[in-house]
Amino acid sequence: MAAGIKDKVAILGMGCSKFGERWDAGPEDLMVEAYLEAMQDAGIEPTQLDAAWFSTHIDEIGTGKGGTPLSVALRLPNIAVTRVENFCASGSEAFRGAVYAVASGAADIALAVGVEKLKDTGYGGLPVGNMGTLNPQWSPSGSAPGNFAQLASAYRAKHGVSREDLKRAIAHVSVKSHANGAKNPKAHLRNVVTEEQVLNAPMIAEPLGLFDCCGVSDGAAAVIVTTPEIAKAMGKKDIVTVKAMQLSVSNGLESQHNSWDGSYFHTARIAAKKAYKEAGIDNPRDEVSMIEVHDCFSITELVTMEDLFISPEGGAVKDVMDGFYDADGKVPCQIDGGLKCFGHPIGASGLRMAYEMYLQLQGRAGDRQLANPKIGLTHNLGGAPSQNVCSVTIIGAHGA
Amino acid sequence: MAQQAVGLTAYGAYIPRLRLQRKAVAQANAWIAPNFLGKGKGERSMANWDEDAVTMAVEAARDLLGPDDDRSHVDALYFGSTTMPFKDRLNSGIIAAALTLDENVRAVDVASTQRADTSALMQALAAVKAGEAKSALVLAADHRKTKAVTSQELDFGDGAAAVMIGSDNVIATYLGGASLTIDFIDHFRGDTEEFDYNWEERWIRDEGFAKIVPRAVKAALEKSGVSAGDIKHFVLPCIFGDKFAQQLAKRSGIAPEAARDTLALNCGETGAAHALVMLVHTLQKDAKPGDKVLMLHFGGGCDALIFEVTDKIASQAGKRGVVGSLAARVEETNYLKFLTFNGLVEWEKGMRAEQDKKTALTTLYRNEDMLMGLVGGRCKETGVVQFPRSRISVNPNNHTVDTQEPYKFAERKAKILSWSADFLSFSMNPPNHYGMVVFDEGGRIMMDFTDVETGSVDSGMEVKLVFRIKEFDDKRGFRRYFWKAVPIATSGAKSQTGQAAE
Repeated sequence: MAAGIKDKVAILGMGCSKFGERWDAGPEDLMVEAYLEAMQDAGIEPTQLDAAWFSTHIDEIGTGKGGTPLSVALRLPNIAVTRVENFCASGSEAFRGAVYAVASGAADIALAVGVEKLKDTGYGGLPVGNMGTLNPQWSPSGSAPGNFAQLASAYRAKHGVSREDLKRAIAHVSVKSHANGAKNPKAHLRNVVTEEQVLNAPMIAEPLGLFDCCGVSDGAAAVIVTTPEIAKAMGKKDIVTVKAMQLSVSNGLESQHNSWDGSYFHTARIAAKKAYKEAGIDNPRDEVSMIEVHDCFSITELVTMEDLFISPEGGAVKDVMDGFYDADGKVPCQIDGGLKCFGHPIGASGLRMAYEMYLQLQGRAGDRQLANPKIGLTHNLGGAPSQNVCSVTIIGAHGA
Repeated sequence: MAQQAVGLTAYGAYIPRLRLQRKAVAQANAWIAPNFLGKGKGERSMANWDEDAVTMAVEAARDLLGPDDDRSHVDALYFGSTTMPFKDRLNSGIIAAALTLDENVRAVDVASTQRADTSALMQALAAVKAGEAKSALVLAADHRKTKAVTSQELDFGDGAAAVMIGSDNVIATYLGGASLTIDFIDHFRGDTEEFDYNWEERWIRDEGFAKIVPRAVKAALEKSGVSAGDIKHFVLPCIFGDKFAQQLAKRSGIAPEAARDTLALNCGETGAAHALVMLVHTLQKDAKPGDKVLMLHFGGGCDALIFEVTDKIASQAGKRGVVGSLAARVEETNYLKFLTFNGLVEWEKGMRAEQDKKTALTTLYRNEDMLMGLVGGRCKETGVVQFPRSRISVNPNNHTVDTQEPYKFAERKAKILSWSADFLSFSMNPPNHYGMVVFDEGGRIMMDFTDVETGSVDSGMEVKLVFRIKEFDDKRGFRRYFWKAVPIATSGAKSQTGQAAE
């Protein structure tokens, strides 16, 4: 196996725009907002950037295709800009591109920016798009909640969980994220909600109610990476390095072969195993300090606790109800509010997750700061349970 | 040498499960048309939003053929309808593709008259008699659009029927028939019009049916050498009531009690399919070996055909037919839903419905057996089946290359693995149900559900597959077809359906 990425790349600076219904801002404004914060944090000039990666998912309503939207908005010094897109995991892809560039030695300092401007569609929820010319001729013309909601029916059938018990557990997932988001000034949704509110919310896709679904938000996030040596030479303290960066992509097994039972993410388990190996983590339940997962829907977060091998298989409902993932639990999950409340501007989300881990590791997370975290994990998923891409990234204190 | 007997060798039918209650219609419209209150009795069949004449004909044909017929013997297909979804695209060609018939099949659309079913039947009989076809499938279906607040919306129903014509195992021998062609315009639908324009019913009854039908009967009796007194079943679609049909029979020398049920009370008149629908109903319910059946259909004249039922009729006992279709009913009391399904209400579908539904015809043709016939692949080496077919097998243990042969899914047993009822995505009949359907013999497809009772779906339920409209492309007048899963309400839910790796 390859030597891996562990401790080869350090985060020099990060930035994140305020997420939400940013009626005031276009995608260019959002990119600039995140970029300027990251540049200030890194303490570098634009001329020091060697290359950039740019992630955005829906080009029809956002920035359009190509690398130019980023380069023009930021007035980059005619460096390479690569646009990446990998569904809702696009942000993690941009991050990966920049990290790999530095690790390879091709770049000393690289930038990754992710953005999504979703609130220019005229309606709630995600825009409706086509996947080529064949897919729409046979695949259900469904929605993200309808696809992810199916996890619940399969999970219930597999583990013999009643609809009521599962509904209450996923309600707790959302209650927890709202409590966390309320403490985050950049979060889209900052209201505390009760379990009763969540349980009684209007149905979106059985069994997911309104509060089981994440925010549809505008936003951008940015990271600047370099080598630990350069970061040290620049006088940086509390250096945060990348420990693992894995991506697993469905090959059609889940959607076409009967070995998958529909209750979990096949890719997440593969990516998680590889990431733990790359980072040298043997027992994630004990060794990971905090996690930011792709909680597009509450049920996604619940099953992901098992896919990351933190909860035992079939044990997520109990862990969730026990408060294991709450802010004061053993492994706080979505301490920034998650996709649920920080928001989900698609192309930015993977970078937003890393942003929170980075702030926490540096002790700069304000009201929601956790006590002495060492290892943070981000899980960024794109697609649907039956066919998806799953990114697992681990970052931590240099030397941890 | 005596000519080999030619006739019907099998039958099938399909009536959509929804039954619009006429009382609900009459009451909703009473403020404007109190004269229709007297017609507010019984029910009419009502197609789901995703059904049309083609999809209903496919269902009738599947009933006829059964799940185990490989269909390679079908060498001709005649499809009668006045509501074919395409003016120029062979509608029987769509049906042939959905049924995965052989490409060498002769497919003919028979249209423009209410007697399209009997005309199609006569063509098929002639082709088989002439030896040009051995197994000719005759299908008829209609999904007639009516303006709101008309007697037609109360009288009509949606439905389809099928018969096979051949010379082996004949269940009803064709004895002969006749056609009268008279340009008697009881109603018409101009080229640019959505709706029929109807003339006065009394004139149609007295000058049309009462005078033209007996002439067709007489001609058919003469041609077949059958005497009127020998006719046991008088099959004539008409909306003027049982008594009128009995009088017409009597006027032709046929016993009035031979007049068969027009299904006015529990189905409605299914247009160009109705003589065939009534015939199948009669064969299922009333006919005995040796009985002679006179089948008529009025429209631009009249067709008359005479059959003699044989003892092979027992071979059809397992068919759903019309009797089974009528029994599988769900009452619908929402007249507004009927209007909406039939495009008579301009309703706000939301911005999500604005998505362009343009169909790449190149893609459709490249994947025709997959999209129209639900044909996937089976690996010749490992036996693993999958949908869609692909050059490299999905089998995780052995990604064999170029080993797949076509594998048909449509008639196979399947269950629901995962599902949701989605209120967010656009649906003509929300919530939008879809999910992963897993086949007992391998393979799975994430697909739309239809004919769903909201609240009754769960993992483990059995489904049957049906050929339906997937999307309408209103911009271009196209419609896309694909297969959907219908959850079978009586099947057990919640069983674990994921199976071990193949």
